[in-house]
Amino acid sequence: MTTAPAISLHGAVAALGGRPVLRGVDLTVQPGEVVALLGANGSGKSTTVRTVVGSVPLQRGTLELFGTPYARFRHWHRIGYVPQRTTAASGVPASVREVVSAGRLSRHGLLPLRRRDREAVDRALSAVDMLDRAGDGVADLSGGQQQRVLIARAMVGEPDLLIMDEPMAGVDLASQQVLAGTLQQEVARGAAVLLVLHELGPLEPLIDRAVVLSDGSVAHDGPPPPSGRGYPRQSAGLAGLPDDDPALLTGQGCHPQASDDHHRPRTTAPGLLP
Amino acid sequence: MTEMLTTDFMQRALLAAVLIGITAPAVGLYLVQRGQAIMGDGIGHVALTGVSLGFLLNTSPVWMATLVAAAGAVVMELIRERGRTRGDIALAMLFYGGMAGGALIIKLAPNGSMANLTTYLWGSILTVSASDIVTVVVLAVLVVAITVGLRRQLFAVCQDEEFARVTGLPVRLLNLLLAVTAAVTVTVAMRVVGLLLVSALMVVPVAAAQQVTRSFAATQALAVGIGVVVSLGGTTASYYQDLPPGPTIVVLAMVLFGLIGLLAVPLARRRHGSGAAARDLRLPAPRSGSDPAGAVPDDEQRLSPGTSLAQ
Ligand SMILES: Nc1ncnc2c1ncn2[C@@H]1O[C@H](COP(=O)(O)OP(=O)(O)O)[C@@H](O)[C@H]1O
Ligand SMILES: [Mg+2]
Repeated sequence: MTTAPAISLHGAVAALGGRPVLRGVDLTVQPGEVVALLGANGSGKSTTVRTVVGSVPLQRGTLELFGTPYARFRHWHRIGYVPQRTTAASGVPASVREVVSAGRLSRHGLLPLRRRDREAVDRALSAVDMLDRAGDGVADLSGGQQQRVLIARAMVGEPDLLIMDEPMAGVDLASQQVLAGTLQQEVARGAAVLLVLHELGPLEPLIDRAVVLSDGSVAHDGPPPPSGRGYPRQSAGLAGLPDDDPALLTGQGCHPQASDDHHRPRTTAPGLLP
Repeated sequence: MTEMLTTDFMQRALLAAVLIGITAPAVGLYLVQRGQAIMGDGIGHVALTGVSLGFLLNTSPVWMATLVAAAGAVVMELIRERGRTRGDIALAMLFYGGMAGGALIIKLAPNGSMANLTTYLWGSILTVSASDIVTVVVLAVLVVAITVGLRRQLFAVCQDEEFARVTGLPVRLLNLLLAVTAAVTVTVAMRVVGLLLVSALMVVPVAAAQQVTRSFAATQALAVGIGVVVSLGGTTASYYQDLPPGPTIVVLAMVLFGLIGLLAVPLARRRHGSGAAARDLRLPAPRSGSDPAGAVPDDEQRLSPGTSLAQ
């Protein structure tokens, strides 16, 4: 029954603030597949992902989720989403458990939290190694810990598709390892994953396919860049990708200077940055 | 004390005070969470037009105010939803229009005068009539059912609207429900606290509570507790000292805010002492496409609760 792709986006055209941002993006993610969405800053990765979850309307193109056209899609519990963001905190204190429980709303909706929901929250918290901090305020956590909380929030509904926008950005080494382990378990469970990344880093072994965006169009869709190389770095790093792809190379100059996580202090994993 | 409780109007005023003390912070919590602390104030301004219309049409000012305030709140929510660029000015127009409209319409009413409006603006314990109290009880029960019963849903919507939408929650409906609930709360509270200060009772107890709490549920509970204490205290003081209840309640709330703030300092020190491991606090990815990451000096990259959620 679930042989339809988890995500099937065709010819996506979208604009933000009147400015065209996506110019015909095609993106397919099969059930159980792990796809990395790469590209320079501003190439439209977040916009693509936000189109898929319906936050950015399509001007042209089609979107199907699990074989259902977006307009008729109701099975939101099948999707777990980690937005790209700065913090999990907001104007009023909220505990780690409260933030993660919000992800469970995809299961219980307007009804109260049930026992199996509480158990799922505990499981998700222990998967990201934050169960002991469940009662703490999210504002008291480090950036990496907050990111773990947001990932637990996405996982807690036990989705068939996880969509994560730069889950590793600004995350300390310890949290990166926890996240990589968590993701591995989710993949083993059979979940499909769409990951927006700057560099493959510790997630590299999990990735089946890479889609590279450049200026709102797909510049590459195929095997991930060769081992040990993030995209886009030096020309040598692109050796495994088609050479005759000029669009692919244009984004190159922006990186790594424009990288969001370039200026992270010492806590960064040593091998991940230039 | 017992003497105060034997007078009919005072029984009603105290009952109304308790209900206001519960409902105002219970709703205000969500507005503060979303950075809309000032919204209650705007609704109060719009409600004034409703009060005057009530006099003009010779219907209940409370029900008319509820209707007009709810309509105003829905418009405010739609403006917020559309995006911020022109929203600021649109909201300002709505606020001023509501105030000016109220003052003009009352002049047209056959038996209306500015004096009628004054009790609505500043509140009065003498004006809670027997029919008002029924309205107030019904509306307050509704407000509590929504703000407590749908806490997880409203929390999710105010915390991270984009995420809430991806869980499949009816986000728009919940936003409108919250706006109407806030409007109802304003009109519940206006008889005692007054329209000009109603927003303070929605915001100050929440601000006071969150100095010492770590969870959303605890903040709501403590804010409601503070709300009840200050509205009862203020109403009682206004009976014995002939003070206007609204300002008395608000000043009491501010005093509690300060006291809790003093209490919070040693508490926070203890908590931070135990959480020294969380020293690597810094902002992860700043919004892409905007300023280069390096523009923010390291020591400014602490995560603060006020930092925008929007990506
Ligand atoms: N709210 C917005 N209004 C106008 N332009 C935007 C907005 N958000 C992003 N953009 C622009 O859209 C482009 C793509 O942004 P985004 O999808 O966030 O890129 P990425 O995630 O790949 O870094 C960028 O040029 C960015 O400046
Ligand atoms: Mg992005």
